[in-house]
Amino acid sequence: MAAEVGGDSGGAKKGKKQGKARKPKKRPRIDMTPMVDLGFLLLTFFVLTTTMTTPNTMPVVVPPKITEKDEVEPPKIAEGKVITLLVGRNKVYYYTGVEKPTLFMTDFSPKTGIRKVLLDRRAEVKARYGKEDEMIVIIKMLDEAHYKDFVDILDEMAIIQQKKYALVDITPEEKSMVAEYNQTMKISS
Amino acid sequence: MAKFKAKKQNIAIDMTPMVDLAFLLITFFMLTVKFRAPEAVEIDLPSSIADTPLPAQDILIISVSADGRVFFGVDSKHTRLSILEKIMKEYKYQFSEKERQIFSVLPEIGVPFEQLKSYLSLSDLERKAMDKRVSIPIDSANNQLKQWILFARYSNPKLRIAIRADERAPYPVIARIIETLKEQKVHRFNLISTLEAQPKT
Repeated sequence: MAAEVGGDSGGAKKGKKQGKARKPKKRPRIDMTPMVDLGFLLLTFFVLTTTMTTPNTMPVVVPPKITEKDEVEPPKIAEGKVITLLVGRNKVYYYTGVEKPTLFMTDFSPKTGIRKVLLDRRAEVKARYGKEDEMIVIIKMLDEAHYKDFVDILDEMAIIQQKKYALVDITPEEKSMVAEYNQTMKISS
Repeated sequence: MAKFKAKKQNIAIDMTPMVDLAFLLITFFMLTVKFRAPEAVEIDLPSSIADTPLPAQDILIISVSADGRVFFGVDSKHTRLSILEKIMKEYKYQFSEKERQIFSVLPEIGVPFEQLKSYLSLSDLERKAMDKRVSIPIDSANNQLKQWILFARYSNPKLRIAIRADERAPYPVIARIIETLKEQKVHRFNLISTLEAQPKT
């Protein structure tokens, strides 16, 4: 049932001309199955390899480093607009405010995770300051975090279209806050 | 009752058009395929909703493996040779024509400068084995990545910088790299990721 190539031109004509004993006419049949098999194998291979690799890039802008000789203070921001995220491995600790903040924990799950927290906070800030884009997110990465968590949190910013966010180094106080939280909640980090 | 036996017939399907089409597609894919350059380390990229394609030219890629080893790569042969020139000048190394040739085709490199010469004198297989344990030093006392970036940007000022890290790469290494970039007044760079569908809100 495979594709076949039939050929019966050359040999037959010759025989007629010379009137010699004819060989019984036989169409040479070439079984093309292996060729077709190979063809499809290659096709599959190329289809899979071409569509698989599509690297994309996520642009990141970091604030310039402020050194002592620059004589500029880091910008001051109102406490009420800020939410600070401490990103660990597959979990996010967050707090608002500055004086004795209470730490909460969430994760990256789409419906109930950090996205909801950020949207709630945004609504809260909007109610207080009247403008949509007043919220400022401060992202601090814990040492335990993987690169994936970093990409995930930046991705969350892109998803909720949060323009005002900053990547800041974590402080020892915040590290101890997280350690304390883990201890009281019995989470092994 | 007489039974009628259906006459057995050999069904011959003409597969020629199908085969034609298959080979047409093969030809198309073979011609359009662009193979990934062989990489020194295997990297599982994290996924994100970012959909800007990676520019093909003038790009400097800093790769980080899952165990936090750092590699450096630029896209053009010309830039690579120019970087090697600068390394020779700065560190007073001598490289033979053959070593230069090898360096100019390496997509990624992850050896400290001190081992560069011995690395280039190895065979392809030995180099591959060595890639499994080396890394560019990035600690503040001996930050060679900074030198690499400096040389690269002198060689090609148009270079855009991208970080291509494994999703399990420890964050402190990434933080060091970002710090290094900041020290060189690079405040805008790219993170390479694979595409993930935008969630519906």
